[in-house]
Order: sequence, then structure tokens, then C-alpha cells
Amino acid sequence: MDLYEYQARHLFRKHQIPGTPGEVCSTAAAAHEVARKIGGQVVVKAQVKTGGRGKAGGVKLAQTPDEAAAVATAILGMNIRGHTVHRVLVAEASDIAEEYYVSFLLDRANRAFLAMASTAGGVEIEEVAATRPQDLAMIRVDALLGVDVHKATEIVDAANFPPAVRDQVIAIMVQLWNVMVDEDATLVEVNPLVLTPNGTVLALDGKVTLDDNANYRHAGRADFVDREGTDPIELRAKEFELNYVKLDGEVGIIGNGAGLVMSTLDVVAYAGEEFGGIKPANFLDIGGGASATVMANGLNIVLSDPEVQAVLVNVFGGITSCAAVAEGVLQALEMLKSEGVPLAKPIVCRIDGNNAVAGRRILTEANHPLIEIVETMDDAAHRVAELAAARKAGQ
Amino acid sequence: MAIWLDTDSLILVQGMTGSEGTKHTRRMVASGARVVAGVTPGKAGQDVDGIPIFDDVQAAMAATGANVSVVFVPPKFAKVAVIEALDANIALAVVITEGIPVHDTAQFFQYSQNAGATRIIGPNCPGIISPGQSSAGIIPTDITRAGRIGLVSKSGTLTYQMMYELRDIGFSTCVGIGGDPIIGTTHIDCLQAFQDDPETDAIVMIGEIGGDAEERAAAYIGEHITKPVVGYVAGFTAPEGKTMGHAGAIVSGSAGTAIAKQEALEAVGVKVGRTPSATARLMRELMQG
Repeated sequence: MDLYEYQARHLFRKHQIPGTPGEVCSTAAAAHEVARKIGGQVVVKAQVKTGGRGKAGGVKLAQTPDEAAAVATAILGMNIRGHTVHRVLVAEASDIAEEYYVSFLLDRANRAFLAMASTAGGVEIEEVAATRPQDLAMIRVDALLGVDVHKATEIVDAANFPPAVRDQVIAIMVQLWNVMVDEDATLVEVNPLVLTPNGTVLALDGKVTLDDNANYRHAGRADFVDREGTDPIELRAKEFELNYVKLDGEVGIIGNGAGLVMSTLDVVAYAGEEFGGIKPANFLDIGGGASATVMANGLNIVLSDPEVQAVLVNVFGGITSCAAVAEGVLQALEMLKSEGVPLAKPIVCRIDGNNAVAGRRILTEANHPLIEIVETMDDAAHRVAELAAARKAGQ
Repeated sequence: MAIWLDTDSLILVQGMTGSEGTKHTRRMVASGARVVAGVTPGKAGQDVDGIPIFDDVQAAMAATGANVSVVFVPPKFAKVAVIEALDANIALAVVITEGIPVHDTAQFFQYSQNAGATRIIGPNCPGIISPGQSSAGIIPTDITRAGRIGLVSKSGTLTYQMMYELRDIGFSTCVGIGGDPIIGTTHIDCLQAFQDDPETDAIVMIGEIGGDAEERAAAYIGEHITKPVVGYVAGFTAPEGKTMGHAGAIVSGSAGTAIAKQEALEAVGVKVGRTPSATARLMRELMQG
């Protein structure tokens, strides 16, 4: 889960990383009040999970509370690269003498963590890495040893921080590692870390990504869930504990196993090229068991997407018998019917694997008007794309 | 011969008395795997279908000679369970558990590197099977037969699909390495073992979006693998920044895309199938000349 800047700042503050005073606001009146409390010049920053907000006009200085309110009015509701601004951060505007960069991240390739530090901050770090790699220190961090003052010193010296700020940055690196471990983060980044004219080092902007697998050991993680920024169907799927991702297309997809579902999306997209660019509408992995209830919840979610014209159920029965999967699909449709869910969209079923013949026979004999059985994944994708295209054209 | 798991493997199950542990123990036993012990702290002296339960891995190994552990312990207790297996110097630990925090995995992986005695497969994986010989994990045992193809995959169901499509040709060993960002056994480890295995003639490698393990595997194939390799990559249509089911399956910026992985594999002469069935066909042509 990626956090907003104001949420990252909250975690930094919790771990005593020095920053500027500021608060998040969702109205111009609140921005006025925060600016008044801070006094002096403030910066009003759009809270969006995308880069380039400065260029898009989402970051503005304000000299007075009235000006802060006016700027907030302009920024709230703005659309930045497809993200609507629901909140702004109003923070003290600090004078900047120098800008640095520091981060920790999960290093998948080396199966450890990585510290990155540079005295060339305030720009995209990918740009520094590409154009002047000698200015970016990258130091492996052992998952068991972590980062103490000694390790932090190694990182800071590798990046050639000036002597005047060395001790401050070392202390911040240790605190930042505490954020990484204590909050179960996979990325903590401060960019820029700034030196003010009076010699203080402050974290001005931050990025944090949290590990969702660790939610169980952190109370209050639900508060970080971004309700406005999440597709409403995805939110409903979450309530059903379904692994669903909304995409832009016409074919609803239900399958078991993340790899098989990802593969199904691809195969449907290939088949759809033949029918004027029909695409998958979602990712939905209902897991190994594929029980009737889970199948019903899955179908319910997928059919609630108005873009969906046809559905592909693609299940490989490994341990679960395909006969049970077939019964599950039929029961699911009964359940939805009794709940009054409108059923009109065609459903192509491809079930294969353990007891596949019996499973297909159950579906054939049920003779459900919406269900069509296709034996192979490639043929099923072709058929569902064809059905979706026909239904789309008929609207 | 097969890799890492064969008729000599003596399996213990950590978390055998839990519902998943019991269910899959019975399936492994039914398929002919030699499951000799279970481990659940505080339940020593009990048994599951006559298989004795021990309080810890060391006691189970001492009493039964077990050399493989299959871990079904819930995420909260998984790190402690795996480290217990590492401390007992077991040869192979297969971690089935899904949802382990990545900091925990990073720590027990580093611990395994420091100790040096144990290969970890997983976490968040279906396990390993050498058809006709043994099975450690949850891979269906009756959808394929023994043969001479080696299979390595991040995905469970795509593993099953491939095993099933090529069931008439058969497999030496199939390894589901798991979909988490940090895993104990990589594509490269499996490629190397299959290359060295005299009973494996060709290799299917299944990858998916996220990270650069497939790109690194491609570089390794170019330098070290002389046996034919057929590949498949899932996730061409995955949008940037969205986690697709597996915790590790995410395209970040321009990194981790399916197309980059496909191109890297093709650049070293690996034939990459457009769909799982097309991939199976490529392997079939290869094996049947």
C-alpha cells in the first residue's frame, strides 16, 4: 500500500524524524486555519499518489491565511494525471540551502534491503542514477543486522555528505530504518531532505510503501485505506475479501490462482484484438477452493461492473474436482437469482483438470441459458471476446 | 533422479495438526510420499493417522530421520517455525504459507544464508513434486506422470495447467517457487539443478510480472544452460502499480514488465509461448521431435 505524503509525514514524526509543522486539510477553511496557526509563509501541496504535481500546479506558496485558502480552493478538486485532489497539505515553507536524497527499499534481486543516499536531491532519483551514478550511494543492508549508527555512518560517508550535516543525517538514517522495520515498510524515501540556512536538516517530502501482509500486526492500518482513490467495485470486492483489480475492458474474468488469472487476461486481450480491441475488465482470483459462495460473490462483483458485456470463468481444478467447481457455478447463479441480481450477460466456462469431464457434463446437463462451455483456454477466450463484441455492438 | 526430492525423501510437516496441514498430509501420503513426522509445539505424543507428532523439528528429525520439512504454519508464526527448521539443519524447507510479512521472509532467508545447510522453497508456493517419487506441498499428484521435463514456475495453477497439458510426456520434477517478492529458491537455482540432473532433458520456465528474476534467469540461461528451455510469461495486460494477486506481481514504472522478460528470454534463444497452451505445444514439439 502506497501512502500519501501527509501519511508518510505522520510516520516520520512518530519516529522523531525532523520535519516542518503542517497539517492535512480537505477544505479551504481548514487550510486558512492551519496557515494562521503556522504563521508566515506556507506551502500548499496537493495530496496525490503520482509524480509531477509541482509542474501540474499542485504545489503553491501562500504568504497569508487568506492566500492559503485561495490556493487550496484552486488545488482541491484539481485532476493531476488522472488523480483527483481531495486533500492538501498545508506546511511551513522553509528556506532551502541544499537538497539531499535518502531512502531504504526492499531489494528483491539481492533478497535483502538497500540504502540509497545522495547529496543531489530534489530531483527524480532515477535521473540521478541514470545521468550521474557516481553521486548516488547504494549500500546493501542485511535484514538481520539492520541499520545502527555504524551502518548509517557507512551509508552517509559513501554519499559524501558535507561534515557540517554528517551527524544529523546519520541520526535521520537510523530513525528512517526504524520506520522501515517498525512499520513493516518496503520503501521509505525522503526527497528532498533539506539543509536550511540556519544549519538544520529536515525531511520535507516523503514516500512510504507498506507491506499489506503485515497489516495484522499494526492497529489502525485500515485508516490508511484510500477510499476516495480506490475504484468503488474494488472497495466492494475488498469487503468480500476477494482479490480484485478493476481494469478497462468488456470481459469480466474469474479464475483460480494469480498466475492463471494474469494469463487469462493476456489470452483474452489477444483474442479481443480480432474483435475491435475487446479487453479484460478485471483481475479476479477466487483462490484454490472455488466454493459456491466465493464463486457467487465473484460473479456478483464482476457482473456489477457496467462495462462488462460477457464473463469468462476459467478454473483449473487441481485438488478441487471440476465437478465441485461446476456445481459451484450453478449454485452461485441460483444464489444471485434469489438475491435479485440481474442476470443477462453470457458466461463462458472453461474448466479443466481434475475430473474435468464430469464437471463439463454437469454444466451441459444443467442447460443454463447463460452458460456456454468451451474446452480450452484459448478457445474460451476467443468465444468470450466474440460474445462481448456482439453485445457491445448491439447496445 | 529428479532434483531435491525423490524416493529417499523423508518428510515432516510443521503445522500438521492444523486443518490445512492435516488435509495435505493425507494427500501427500495417499500419493506415496514418505511422511514420517509432524511438528506442533505442545502436541508431542499425539498422531495424525498414525504419523507421530513432535514438539520441535530437531526432535522429529532425531526420531525419524526426516530431511524435508513442509511448513503450513500461519503467517504470524511462520518465521519462528522456519528458523526452527534452519536451526535443526534440515536439508529442504518448503514454505507453503501465504501472507508472510516480507521483513520476516527477508530475515529467515538471511538466516538460512548464514547457516548454509538448508534450501528454502517459497514462501507462498505450492511446493515441489517429483511425479512417481515424492511430493512436498499441495501440488495435485494425479494430473501428470513421471517423465523427463523439468518445470519451474512462480504460479501454482499455471504449474498445474502445464503439468496437465504435458501429462503424456511427463516430468522429472516440478518446482513452484512462489509469488512473493523474496523467495528462497529462484528460477536460476532450479535451472542449474535441472541442467545438472541426468534425468531431465528439457526445461519449462514460467514467469510473471514484477522484479527482474526472469531477466536474470535469461542471462544465466545464455551462459550456463545447454538443455532446451521453453518459457512463458504472464501479465502482459497488467497495469502499472497494481498488485496482481501475488504480493510480488507488480509492474513498477518501467520495471518488471512482461514484455521485457519475454525479450530477455528470446534474446538467449528461449522459445516463449504466447499462451500456456502454445507453450505446452512448443515443449511437445521439442520432446517429440
